[in-house]
Amino acid sequence: MDDSDLYQGPAVEQEPAVRVLYFARLKEALGRDLERLPLPPGVDTVAALRAHLQARGGVWASELAPGKPVRVAVNQDIASGETHIRAGDEVAFFPPVTGG
Amino acid sequence: MPVRVQAEDFDAGAEIEALRRGDPAIGAVASFIGLVRDVSDGARVSEMTLEHYPGMTERALEQIVAQAQSRWDIIDVLVVHRIGRLRPLDQIVLVVVTGAHRGEAFAACEFVMDYLKTQAPFWKKEQTPAGARWVEARAADDRAADRWSEPKR
Repeated sequence: MDDSDLYQGPAVEQEPAVRVLYFARLKEALGRDLERLPLPPGVDTVAALRAHLQARGGVWASELAPGKPVRVAVNQDIASGETHIRAGDEVAFFPPVTGG
Repeated sequence: MPVRVQAEDFDAGAEIEALRRGDPAIGAVASFIGLVRDVSDGARVSEMTLEHYPGMTERALEQIVAQAQSRWDIIDVLVVHRIGRLRPLDQIVLVVVTGAHRGEAFAACEFVMDYLKTQAPFWKKEQTPAGARWVEARAADDRAADRWSEPKR
């Protein structure tokens, strides 16, 4: 479908943002599976993004606390804290995997 | 298509037959089937739900298959993993590896399962008499996957 003619919303929609996904236990604890997050200045790595989300407090602080077994993928590849992120990226937070 | 994620059950015999059909170079087929048990960590399990990360799951499985194909002299690999609600006795996962000889096929099959368990984004949630709970990752699975980072042979 070509949506190029659709109204894209106010100018604020154009600011640099990442798409953040949450899965499994994290999705339930945080109460959401997806959000569009404008990138604050200086947040350009996975570690910085995690710290930014943690600063929301409450379950965010406890679920994303250092030492909690949280895995992160950037654009569907497993990432580390140093992995760079930029506007348009898809960043996913999830617990260690348990398939098979 | 060497990798499939699906809610439907699979027929291992039919999958193996399709994978090896018409290829007389295949002398060995190694396969693994993972099943839902009715007990986990001492609790009765009546049902489980498998969640995954659509897109990344297929990508991760394809990367694992590609690694197996580069490390061992094998002919083909198939991975089928189910998602959604499953009950004890149900099949969860199928891995099939074909090759000329059994040694490489066995090793590659075990490698694919070990890596799948630690790298493919699936999560199990179990229903027990005490309520629903997310399955915790096991250190033993990490150790099983780590073996393969040592030089082979």
